[in-house]
Formats: sequence, C-alpha cells, structure tokens
Amino acid sequence: MSDPTEEIPEVDYVEGTGIPIRGNDIDTDQIIPARFMKVVTFDGLGEFAFFDLRFDDEDNQKDHPMNEERFQDANVMVVNNNFGCGSSREHAPQALMRWGIDAIIGEGFAEIFAGNCLALGIPTVTADHESINALQQWVDDNPDGDIEVDVAAETVRYGGNEISVSVDDAQRQALVEGIWDTTALMKANRNAIEETAAQLPYLDQTRSDVEADD
Amino acid sequence: MSEGTLYDKVWDRHKVTTLPNGQDQLFVGLHLIHEVTSPQAFGMLQERGLEVARPDLTHATVDHIVPTANQDRPYADDAAERMMAELEENVRDAGIQFSDPTTGDQGIVHVIGPEQGITQPGKTIVCGDSHTSTHGAFGALAFGIGTSQIRDVLATQTIAMEKQKVRKIEVNGELGEGVEAKDIILEIIRRLGTEGGVGYVYEYAGEAIENLDMEGRMSICNMSIEGGARAGYVNPDETTFEWLKDTDYFQEHPEKFAELKPYWESIRSDEDAEYDDVVEIDASELDPVVTWGTTPGQGIGIDDPIPAPEDLADDKQDTARRAQKHMRVDPGESMEGYDIDVAFLGSCTNARLPDLRRAARIVKGRQVDDDVRAFVVPGSQRVQRAAEEEGLKDIFEEAGFEWRNAGCSMCLGMNEDQLEGDEACASSSNRNFVGRQGSKDGRTVLMNPRMVAAAAITGEVSDVRDLKEVALQ
Repeated sequence: MSDPTEEIPEVDYVEGTGIPIRGNDIDTDQIIPARFMKVVTFDGLGEFAFFDLRFDDEDNQKDHPMNEERFQDANVMVVNNNFGCGSSREHAPQALMRWGIDAIIGEGFAEIFAGNCLALGIPTVTADHESINALQQWVDDNPDGDIEVDVAAETVRYGGNEISVSVDDAQRQALVEGIWDTTALMKANRNAIEETAAQLPYLDQTRSDVEADD
Repeated sequence: MSEGTLYDKVWDRHKVTTLPNGQDQLFVGLHLIHEVTSPQAFGMLQERGLEVARPDLTHATVDHIVPTANQDRPYADDAAERMMAELEENVRDAGIQFSDPTTGDQGIVHVIGPEQGITQPGKTIVCGDSHTSTHGAFGALAFGIGTSQIRDVLATQTIAMEKQKVRKIEVNGELGEGVEAKDIILEIIRRLGTEGGVGYVYEYAGEAIENLDMEGRMSICNMSIEGGARAGYVNPDETTFEWLKDTDYFQEHPEKFAELKPYWESIRSDEDAEYDDVVEIDASELDPVVTWGTTPGQGIGIDDPIPAPEDLADDKQDTARRAQKHMRVDPGESMEGYDIDVAFLGSCTNARLPDLRRAARIVKGRQVDDDVRAFVVPGSQRVQRAAEEEGLKDIFEEAGFEWRNAGCSMCLGMNEDQLEGDEACASSSNRNFVGRQGSKDGRTVLMNPRMVAAAAITGEVSDVRDLKEVALQ
C-alpha cells in the first residue's frame, strides 16, 4: 500500500469469518483509547484495539469477543449503529485493520470513521437492524462459518442466506475499481488545482512567504 | 439537494473536478496540523517521495500531548517529547509555520486559527481532528479528516469528498438566565441524536444564534460532530466581521478587510436557499443542560428527571442502560446533587476568554469545595495572557482552582491531566465517552463553563442560577 509503484488493489469482495461487536454508539475512544495514540507510526496498534473493554486494570482478560479463541481468525466485523463515532483518529480503523479486520458490516457508521476505513481499503457496508442482529447471532453460532461480502453486488452471503446491503456509491466505485487511494489520483490534476486556487479571492492573503499561484 | 446555501457556494468555489470514483476534489484553503494525527501522514509522504505542496497554506501547533503544568523541555513524558520532536522536525523540513509554545501563540488548534485571523469566512479548512467543525462559526467550510486524508492534503492541497445534504437548524427565542451556547448544542444533539447528522452539514441560524458572540458560535459549531455532522456553520455577519477586524491578519493587512468583505457577504446562504431539512428549536424553553450518560446526546435540563431506558427509542435503550450503570444514576432522579471530584474548565469547546470570564463571575469570592480538585486550562497562550492581565487568574487561584498552561488537557487525557479511578468530573469539554478523560472508570458530566464553576464550588452538579454572579472589577 505504501509503495507508490504498487498497484492499488481492487476490493470488490471480502471473504472470511466473522466477529460480532454489539452495541450502538461505539466511539473511537473505545476502539483505541487515547493513551495508545502517543506514537508516531500506526505499527503495533492492533493489540490495543478495544483495550479497555478487553482487559482490566491488571491486564487480565475480560469477556469480549476479541478475547475469544473462536474469533481470533475473524476478518469481518459485524457491528450495530453509529459505529466509530467521536474523534477523527485514523488510529481506530488502523487498530482494527492491524488486528485482522478486512471489512465491517453494520447498521450505520460515523462519517469520518467510514472515510478513514475507505482510505485503508476497508469496506463499511450497512444493513437494517434485523439483518444485522440475525447475522451477529449466526456468527456467534458459527464462528468458523464463511461470510462473503460482495461490495460490487451489495450483498452479504452466509450460511445459505443472502442479504442485501448498502455501500455508499463513491465508496463502492472506489473499492471496486481500486481507486480508493486518492493521493496520486488527485495529484495528477495539477493544472486544475492551480486554476481553482487562482480563482479564490482570499488566497493571495495568507500569511506566507510563498505567494499564491497568481 | 440543497441550493444557494453557504455550503453549496463554498463547495462550488473550491471544487477542482469530479474524480473517477464519483467524489469531488476540493481545494483546501487552510490545513491545520498537530502532533497526534500528522506524523504518520508525513511518514507516508516520505515513503512516496512526495513533498508538502503548499506549506504556505499549512499551519501547525501542539495541543493534545503538551503538558499544562511543567512545560520545560524535554517533557517529562518521553512519548510526548518524541511526538513534539517529530512535529518540530516535520514542520522545519517542510517550511510550515509552527505556533509552538515559545511563540506565545500556541494553543488548541481550534482556538488559535480564529485568533490569528487565518480562519476566515468562505475558506475550506481541514485538520486531523474532528472538532475542526469549530471554524464553521466564521462561515468557513471546516471538517475533520483522518491521517490518510492529511497525506492527501499535504501532497496536493486538495481532498476527495462527497457532497452532503444541508440541514438548517433554526434556533429562535431568547436564551434564559444561566443558559448559553453549550446548552443549545447539547439540546440539538439530544433531540436529533448522536447519529442524526450523519450525511448532513448543519447550518445554525435564527435569532438565538445571531445574538451569540463568536465564541458562543464556536462552541456550537465545535460540537456538530457530536451530533454526527462532520461540519456545521453560521452565516457570517457583522458580529463575524467585527471579530475578524481585530485579528492579527487584518491588523497587519487592513486593506484586505475591505477587499474580502464582498466575498464573505456573497457566500452567505441566500434568502430563498433550499435545504434538505429544516429543524426549529425554541431557545427560550432551555434550562442549563447536563449529561447523565456516556454520549453527548444523553443530556437533560438541570431540573429534569433522568429518562428510563424503556421510555427512549428502541435503538437508544441498550446504550442508555449501559450508560446509567457506568454513571451510577437512576431514572427519575435529576442530575442536581450528583457528587463530583474534579472540575475541568477547558477544551476547544469552552476555554476562550468569554467562557473564563463568565465562570470567574461565579467563582469570585467563593471557595472550591474541599473534596474537589478544580483547574482551568486556557484554550491558548493568548487567552491565558489576556485572562491573567484582567485578573481572572487571581480570581480562580484565590478560589482554589489551579491555573494551567494551554492545551487539550483533560478533555481527552493524553497528557498528565487525567481522571483517576472512578472520579466524576464536571467538564466544559465535548465528550463524555467511557474512558475519554484518561480513566476507564471515570465519569464525565458535560455542562457549560458557568455550571462547571458552580459544581466546583458546591462539590456537586448544581444549578448555576442558584448562585449569585459577582461583577468583575
């Protein structure tokens, strides 16, 4: 992902086993507590995902799906509503990704969180409350059961069921066509960027040594 | 789709093109950076052999990890020192202006941008911090971004985004005694939900908003994200322009003020603008609001009973039950009288000069309760200096508050300022999430700054209207 010459992979389809994380309004402070953000890289964040919900003060394991042996190989997280609300910290999806998560299915996602997931190539797909509940229950009963997240077709298949899910249009297109890493894409529009900047009345007045494009 | 709103106009002015993935590419007028979310982005840039495209449109400060007591270098906390050193190196290499503590201009990123006059109407402003929505108070289009997006902005001065819907929130009526901007936004979030704003930008309008000073407008826009809206704004008006006139930029370049004013006026939402949704709120009905739970949407008037989970919407019941267990509150009670251990007056929501002034009027001549540790963390070094010059520091210290240096501090507990164990904190900040203030058992009660002052004095959540204000000077 970090090599500029490397092709950005298409993420039209994710397959694997699930892990249910239940509850609405699970905020990014719970996903990665701030004290673990005193770092200058994202390396190693995976072990701190949901830390305070997984461990007590003496670092003993608490009841949490991420501590359960049967979910250790899971890569599809199933969550409820407004998942990832709160801070803009990309440390949150980075921690989940580094724990092993490749896709998240939920009732709803906070916007910045979903955008951060997209920047990492992690689909965030949504379905209604009943479908999510049923899927979470199924994952509980079938921790080794196969889940297929078809981003392009907007479906999730598991245990002989198929549910339709929603994927935000731009997210779907970006993932399916492998254009979710936007740096190079945007950098290529250099002339258009300069034209836009030249039309902005405030730009020549920033407090800088470098003058605006005009 | 909305039409003729400030959002539409500012979006159109900054739109570079539509990308193949369907998102729009927007030019970024101001990129603010700090030590927590930017180092990885600089790292990514380096890996790709890219340079910072517009250091002149980028401005840095340090706020999240900076100690507020002893700021001698190296910082006592090695991790904090490393993050600071990394930021110093990055801004030096890229030629980015840095309001570090030695400049006297350091502070919380959402306090210093407006102070320096680089936050302006009609600008697009981004920062790797969700409370970037604060800058919308000036009629800027401002929103928080993640680190990969910071990389995009550093490399291209643009960002890929989808256009959102616009909800106008019209707040009419006059605010009652003891009620302020913070109470308006807590009520908005309670009513529309913490996820109600997902997919929307909030336009705050109506006489109650127009009557607010800029600091009050900032408090409201600041918490847009707590309601799920990535950005919120107020149309710029004479209050905005008067405030801008006194900032560094327009003091140094007075001719720019007249030059830019027509632009600022042109981006105001049209009288006949179309919105995707309109919500009305009557400000005169509000009491001071406090939270009883662990999301900012779990607020009530100070006299109101804490709701029974089963009386809430289906999807809110489970969260409410967990929250009440964590906070150790029962339905039917009010929050008045809830014991507190810590009073925190700070954060990008409520640590500007007028916030501290209002709180000082409550504190003056009184003493902090014996069982409470109370402290003031000014939003910036400038706020700190101004408050010291007009005697606010003395008032707080005489009452038993600690007077600290500027930073994010106990809003998120990334420095030494943290709750311990199950301490309860009366806080003027923006998030009452479990663990937010540094202890996973800590309990946060959000409220306006005067209410924090009242709680510090009485040792419990109190109605500030029961405490007489003392005139300053």
